[in-house]
Amino acid sequence: MIYLELLWGFIKVGMFSFGGAYAAIPLIREVVLSYGWLDDNALSYMIAISESTPGPLMINVATYVGSVVAGLPGAIISTIAVIIPPFLVILIITVLLKNLLENKYVKGALEGLKPCISAIILETGFMMIIKSCFDMSSSFSANIKDIAVILLLFIIFYGTRFALKKKLSPISFIIISAFLGLLIF
Amino acid sequence: MTTKAKLPILADLFLTFFRIGLFTFGGGYAMISLINNSCVEKKKWIDRDEMVNLTVIAESTPGSIAINFATYVGYKQAGFAGALLSTIGVVLPSFFIIFAISRFLDNFLEIPFIAKAFHGIKLAVGILILDAGINMIKIMKKRVFTVTVIICSFLAMLIIDIFSLDISTITLLLIAALSGLIFTRFSDNFGNSKKSGQK
Repeated sequence: MIYLELLWGFIKVGMFSFGGAYAAIPLIREVVLSYGWLDDNALSYMIAISESTPGPLMINVATYVGSVVAGLPGAIISTIAVIIPPFLVILIITVLLKNLLENKYVKGALEGLKPCISAIILETGFMMIIKSCFDMSSSFSANIKDIAVILLLFIIFYGTRFALKKKLSPISFIIISAFLGLLIF
Repeated sequence: MTTKAKLPILADLFLTFFRIGLFTFGGGYAMISLINNSCVEKKKWIDRDEMVNLTVIAESTPGSIAINFATYVGYKQAGFAGALLSTIGVVLPSFFIIFAISRFLDNFLEIPFIAKAFHGIKLAVGILILDAGINMIKIMKKRVFTVTVIICSFLAMLIIDIFSLDISTITLLLIAALSGLIFTRFSDNFGNSKKSGQK
């Protein structure tokens, strides 16, 4: 029964994907291909679309795969399935959180986790920018337009913060970047 | 005026997370700066330390980071109903968009103006993620141990990325958690012996 397969398949994706969306892609691939819902090409195309549409990547892929495999009910079931594990885990943690954070061992682990995770986030942003500015796949080359847009965006983002003493909201920033993309690329 | 400013909390949670879902591109890290802007700075639903703790929890628990954030903030503000509505809010925009694309658009990525706009957005998302990382580091206490972990993790991630090594971030997180445990054990013992020495 396809609905049950989708439900179980995406609960697995939601339950065993640690460390954000990009870490989840191999798992999504394994689940989708092992059930034979789609072939590799179709899945890669869906992941590419999910990356460039708003919303959490994992949810996007679940909705997309569910919709293509089994229509609207499939989309709803897959989306709910991928949400259930993190929703329940956080509910349990939140209820226990106060005591949890007082725990000596949790505190110790957090001492190491906090700096590590901020470095991971910093590196992710850094590499995203570097990879779009420079082509490193075959021969090393610079993408002049990307570098120009990045510089402009940096000036807009941090310039408004210093000049107006006010942070530009991420939403306005994204809208500005979309317009810049339309103008320059 | 006050009635206009004070939306019922459930509606406020739903709408705020709906907006966050609509403007999050490319995964949970990009969402951190949106959550920071709306839930920490504007609405003051959670404070900065909570935000850092929550990021750590989201990263070390399974599933989409977006859902982790929405569930936590929603539950804290309005219990189970709040958690549920925030989660539905953050999911709905992408659900509608993806569903429409999957039904009606075969070559979404080949539409020129969409491709161009997203090219721009992708660059902005890089900056937002970078900024989220900088903010987290900024509010951390800079001790030798913390700075060492930051530098080592950053270099490790760079090496993994550049040489496309098959090492998951979970491995990195486990090492960091362990070294945190060992470090606090050491500094605890040190602190205790100092205290007992004073006696």
